Amino acid sequence: MIELRSLTKTYGEGQHATTVLDSLDLTVSPGEITAVVGPSGAGKSTLAACVTLLERPTSGAVLVGGRDLTALPEKDLREARRGIGTVFQADGLLTRRTAAQNVELPLKHLGVVPAQRRARVAELLERVGLADKAHRYPHELSGGQRQRVGIARALALRPSVLLSDEATSGLDPQATASIVALLKELRDDLQLAVLFITHEMDTVVAVADTVARLDHGRIVEHGALVDLLHTPSSPLGRALLPRRAHAGSIAEDGATGPATQRSVWVVSHAGHRVPADWLVRASRALGTDLELLGASLSTVAGVAVGHAVIGAPGHLDDDDVEAALIGLGLHAQREESDAAEQRAAARTLEQPLEVVA
Amino acid sequence: MSTHVLASPVLTATSTDLTWAEIPALVLPALGDTLVMVGVTMAIVVALGVPLGVSLDTLGPGGLTPRPVLHRVISAVVSVGRSLPFLILMAALVPFTRFVTGTNIGIPAAVVPMALAGTAFFSRIVENSLRSVPPSLVRVARASGASPLQVLTSVKLSEAVPSILGGLTINTIAMIEYSAIAGTIGAGGIGYVAVTYGYQRFDHNVMITTIVVLVALVAVVQALGDAAVRATTPHSRRRVPRQRRAGTSGATPSSSSPTVQTSASASPKELTDVHH
Ligand SMILES: Nc1ncnc2c1ncn2[C@@H]1O[C@H](COP(=O)(O)OP(=O)(O)OP(=O)(O)O)[C@@H](O)[C@H]1O
Ligand SMILES: [Mg+2]
Repeated sequence: MIELRSLTKTYGEGQHATTVLDSLDLTVSPGEITAVVGPSGAGKSTLAACVTLLERPTSGAVLVGGRDLTALPEKDLREARRGIGTVFQADGLLTRRTAAQNVELPLKHLGVVPAQRRARVAELLERVGLADKAHRYPHELSGGQRQRVGIARALALRPSVLLSDEATSGLDPQATASIVALLKELRDDLQLAVLFITHEMDTVVAVADTVARLDHGRIVEHGALVDLLHTPSSPLGRALLPRRAHAGSIAEDGATGPATQRSVWVVSHAGHRVPADWLVRASRALGTDLELLGASLSTVAGVAVGHAVIGAPGHLDDDDVEAALIGLGLHAQREESDAAEQRAAARTLEQPLEVVA
Repeated sequence: MSTHVLASPVLTATSTDLTWAEIPALVLPALGDTLVMVGVTMAIVVALGVPLGVSLDTLGPGGLTPRPVLHRVISAVVSVGRSLPFLILMAALVPFTRFVTGTNIGIPAAVVPMALAGTAFFSRIVENSLRSVPPSLVRVARASGASPLQVLTSVKLSEAVPSILGGLTINTIAMIEYSAIAGTIGAGGIGYVAVTYGYQRFDHNVMITTIVVLVALVAVVQALGDAAVRATTPHSRRRVPRQRRAGTSGATPSSSSPTVQTSASASPKELTDVHH
């Protein structure tokens, strides 16, 4: 369990002071993965460094397992850090030690006897799927494998909390997927509280239970992943499932033919109870066929989320279409304004640059 | 010691060079003296330079346990040792050398200034090597609760070993040069022979021999140093045999086939790992 209370971190003094974390509150419960997202420079890495007190917060409290780390003297702090596993973006493996020796080091520092160390290292490498790579040096491993060694090392001292700062950044989708799967497994098996920092929205959708958006040192949005995805008005929800270009927009630009006779709607799931055959049901309710022009749908935590773009015949009344869709638990919005905006934006881009002679 | 051969050097230039048969008797003991001088010096240099270099890095700004004042004092002392040309340092140290060794000629007298200059040099090399260890590695160790001493030994010093060995090689070669300078003021060794016979007597045969011996000595030290660096760097240690295997694989395909098989079997395994 991680609890951050009014956490503030200021670098520099006087005029040059910059507040990187601004009285931030955040809780990560056992068995929960909280993703922290935010633009570059938002303070994500600083947040992670403050949780382990590698950076000392200017004010506020950092509670890990109920104990306030900011109140501890250096020696007790060292002991408390053993309850926090950290996975860094740069894997941070020692180049002159094998995978097994890297994982073993925290145990060695703690003073665990060799026989137990060996058993624990074998168990950890097995856990992250690298039992056969135990005696490889870091340069002989792929980026994803090195990152998994980093996770094994972070777990060596049986922490209750795992911090991951951009642990999957720079990895290919397959390697990222394997790390995401591993983290979820660990969350469930060890009831870890995981603070997962990333800037990759796809990874957030895959891994997170809860998402917090950090901007200018504050949490500006925070909620369960599924709820955010079901709230089309939330910037985070939109960022997590970006709307892709669809045939509807293109057809509308044609301005001739049957496309002009059609109204285009962007539909998204606004709740958990949308029937899977909502398109058929809406068509039946309106007494005419609705066209599916494009869709970006997926299942997160067993719940359908995403957007669909549908076309309705021009003779239907807008209010009727909207009512039919909302009745099925969907959120619906006519595309028109969007398309017009896009065209305006395109025109701006096409304007020639003014050159000062 | 070979100094007895040169105990009463005749400084009149003669055109009669030593014959090649006479040279080994002159040069070999001198080489032995040089090796003793450099060897004893380097033992002292490592014994003093490592702790000093560690202090410089550890106590400095951004170090494991910063102590600005102490760091400034140590750094200033080391810088003084580094800034004097060796010849001047040697002359300036004569009273100190006499106090320590009871003499100001011969090997003991040369070792004192060489060890001082060498220690100042080596402590900077160690400091620089430690500073080059990526801070991210230190953060990882600190994040898992390692004490400063544990970080120093198992992260900083351990990662810096190849770099320190490379620096040690440079330092040893510099000490061979210093021993030649010390030789000119009567410390014996190859430098003394080169100066008395080669320079003052224009004995070309001796001159050529000393040059060859010095070049060979430096080459051997460099080769040993390079081997030590390679042996302590997993990255290069692995690479060398691989290249050799690649070179021989065409000639003896049967002997190298097991290697090829292991590397080929690694890739499907990696794929299954990813799906794990
Ligand atoms: N030691 C420091 N001294 C002064 N300012 C710092 C220091 N470390 C970080 N900052 C500032 O704090 C801000 C947040 O940095 P941080 O590394 O936490 O960002 P981030 O959210 O992790 O960004 P990224 O996604 O690029 O990693 C930045 O504006 C940075 O300039
Ligand atoms: Mg960062």
